[in-house]
Amino acid sequence: MSLYTPSSPHFHAPNSVSQIMLKVLYALIPGILLYVFLFGFGVLFNILLAIITALGCEALMLKIRNRPLMPFLTDGSALVTAVLLAISIPAIAPWWIIFVGTAFSIIIAKHLYGGLGYNPFNPAMVGYAMLLISFPLQMTSWQQIPALSENYLGPIDSFQLFFEMNSSALLAMDAISGATPLDYLKSQLGLEQTVSAVLQSHETFGLLGGDGFEWINIAFLIGGIWLIKQKIIQWHIPAALLTGLFAISLIFYIANPDQYASPVFHIFSGAAILAAFFIATDPVSAATTIKGKLIYGASIGLLIYVIRTWGGYPDAVAFAVLLLNMCAPTIDYYTKPKPYGH
Amino acid sequence: MISKLFNFRGGVHVPQYKEISTQQPVRNAKIPSKLVLPLSQHIGTAAKPLVKIGQQVLKGEKIATADGYVSTPIHAPTSGVIEDIGDYPIPHPSGMSAQCIVLKPDDEDKWAELVSHAKDYSELNPSQLRNLIRSAGIVGLGGAGFPTFIKHNPGPDRVIDTLIINGSECEPYITCDDMLMQEKPEEIICGLLIIQHALQAKRCVIAIEDNKPNAIASIKNALQKFANDKIEIAEIPTLYPAGSEKQLIYTVTGKEVPQDGLPMHIGIVCQNVGTTAAVYRAINHGEPLISRYVTVTGDIGQPQNLEVLVGTPIDELIEQCGGSNTNIKRLIIGGPMMGFAMHQLDLPVIKTTNCVLVDAGQSKDLQARQHIMPCIRCGSCADACPINLLPQQLYWYSKSQEFEKAQEYNLFDCIECGCCDYVCPSQIPLVQYYRFAKGEIWKRELETQKSDIARQRHEFHQFRIEREKAEKAEKHRQKKAALANNKKTEETKDEKKVDQKQAAILAAMERVKKKKAQSDVAPKNVENLSEQQKQLIEEVDQRRAKQRQNPEQTTNTANKAEEEKSQ
Repeated sequence: MSLYTPSSPHFHAPNSVSQIMLKVLYALIPGILLYVFLFGFGVLFNILLAIITALGCEALMLKIRNRPLMPFLTDGSALVTAVLLAISIPAIAPWWIIFVGTAFSIIIAKHLYGGLGYNPFNPAMVGYAMLLISFPLQMTSWQQIPALSENYLGPIDSFQLFFEMNSSALLAMDAISGATPLDYLKSQLGLEQTVSAVLQSHETFGLLGGDGFEWINIAFLIGGIWLIKQKIIQWHIPAALLTGLFAISLIFYIANPDQYASPVFHIFSGAAILAAFFIATDPVSAATTIKGKLIYGASIGLLIYVIRTWGGYPDAVAFAVLLLNMCAPTIDYYTKPKPYGH
Repeated sequence: MISKLFNFRGGVHVPQYKEISTQQPVRNAKIPSKLVLPLSQHIGTAAKPLVKIGQQVLKGEKIATADGYVSTPIHAPTSGVIEDIGDYPIPHPSGMSAQCIVLKPDDEDKWAELVSHAKDYSELNPSQLRNLIRSAGIVGLGGAGFPTFIKHNPGPDRVIDTLIINGSECEPYITCDDMLMQEKPEEIICGLLIIQHALQAKRCVIAIEDNKPNAIASIKNALQKFANDKIEIAEIPTLYPAGSEKQLIYTVTGKEVPQDGLPMHIGIVCQNVGTTAAVYRAINHGEPLISRYVTVTGDIGQPQNLEVLVGTPIDELIEQCGGSNTNIKRLIIGGPMMGFAMHQLDLPVIKTTNCVLVDAGQSKDLQARQHIMPCIRCGSCADACPINLLPQQLYWYSKSQEFEKAQEYNLFDCIECGCCDYVCPSQIPLVQYYRFAKGEIWKRELETQKSDIARQRHEFHQFRIEREKAEKAEKHRQKKAALANNKKTEETKDEKKVDQKQAAILAAMERVKKKKAQSDVAPKNVENLSEQQKQLIEEVDQRRAKQRQNPEQTTNTANKAEEEKSQ
């Protein structure tokens, strides 16, 4: 008689990678719904094409690398990359932007480094950075007019715009596109305007940050807090990131409120909240020790502010995250915890 | 009640499955058809058999004696005849066999004469108590099987401040300590008092996980009879691995056992409740350790706790508990978190066997791992680790066989509790990787030790040869010198004459040498000669040879002239 003799432990919690990834996707749903409500259906086409591209590229690469298809196609990691990239790209961007970006994320940033668990950089952010550098015009044209105005894009308009099929849609695009609030503020400050004057002068700004974007960010914040409650992510990176961003913007805001925007504006504009809860917390590429997570998060927060304020790009999440991805192994090495009895 | 408890870091909440084996009172297991008693049931050297095949023994009679300091004796669990002494499979994860004494019970269960110290134990000194505990063959019944008397010997300069009686039993399924606390609380408390006396401990704490309200009530109730205000009960939060010694010490005292030390180094001794009761029986009744409570549970007819004779075959025990309807897939000795899966069912219960867990595929939590995915560095493992290690790094370096790095990340501090493994979303068998790495490191260390010894031996061999040579040479030189000295003293008078003679000889030799050098000059420009020239040279050579044979006939000048000609 031969019995089954595996090594202990013989118990295993019903945790899985796909469960983690699915919960991350669930947490994004409120923000996405609000996005559709406020800015039209474009983002849904972005997400759909990104998912199809991601799964296709994943399958192709698994095939080439002689890896089993099913466990990796169903782990959900490619879905998370696809969705994060899709919602970072302007909803009125043409289809090929999504396609190229997602394919780059999955093939170059993920599989060429060894696939799930081995990528040193956040794949979605690698794709985003590549697109921003290669196609700056398409990547910085965002919709200006929020919900329920005459320019709200329904499913058909969005579809036509997406595939650049209809010249009237393209014309409409000229009418609705423009810089993001952060971009606009930056260029106006360059023209020696004060922050308060800029914020009041233009309809792109809302109560807390960019009009419309602030509500989406609040939805992402709620999703992120739910993820912490579900123990999918830990609080350290989001808290450190937002605290870092808040602290440095507060210092400059107090010193010169005419020249520097308020901490609240910085947190609720752009992708700071999305980065804090969904991007910087990507476990594969982030620091993993407790102290390391705090350093990693706070550094991303500081870098976001530095690049936004003095750098060449209006928002800085992708670059800040990628720079800190590089530092993560070193941060981990120098922040080893003290084991019991040492 | 205890004043303050500390929360250790990490840990996991695991499904308990304890209620299935606590439904009925503990009963005695039947005396089996044969008892197989491994000589090594403890940490340390195996015991040495004292009996011969065919010998009649009584219950409680010593049949094997301790061999060395870290060793304990073994006693006959019942009366009967020694049937065999030889290799039998033992409950070891490798499936190995080892030397065992096989006892055929005569079913009379007749005790040998026992010596009780019920009345006078308080007059015995700690050393005498230790000896009694040792000769009763008592080892830690919690699982590791460390000889108990060693724990009670902190050394002359060390003060034991706190004695912790461990009734936490944090592993799922296991309930033998729970049932012991419910059924024999007095034995535990009496045992505690004996150990307290042996250690002169100031503070005694009985620690019980708060998922055992019956055990807590039972101990509390029994404690009232003793009116001893030194004994505290700590109801510790249910969190695996709360019962692990290091974690329990932290929970109760807030102190950490140093990484390279023992609890006694910080003035603490931890003892399992079962061991404590065994100490009581040994001192008060003179009974050696021959039986213990065993939880028989899992996919069997009637999961329960039994008082089992050491040496009882596990397959017979499973039969007594209703057996299994379906095929048994896995037999785990111990709990599902740290227990070992065995290769076969016909293994004996030994002193450290606390639980027999049968898996016939009915429990969903005991299922095999599904898909092992790559590590996504989520850090759940680090969060769960009670030692505050970085399991994800240990895994990385164990897998890539970078063992030095793994040790840098404190691989050997890992207690293999399985928390990291339990929570891992990628279902990676982490503990298996750590065991592999530890095993490899031990193997390599052993090899380097071996090769070190071989090298030292070789080097010493070389050194010895050299030394002998040197000694010989020295002796030779001394002898020579002594001889020369003797000659000198005789010939001091003629020294001057001898010197002159020697100088003359030397000068003559010098002259001869010069001459020879002149005549032996190597021929030059002898390449590319014509046939005629070669002939000429041959002739010259012949002449020279003649001259050498009759040197007195030739003159120096003639020699020179010939040389010039040949060149």
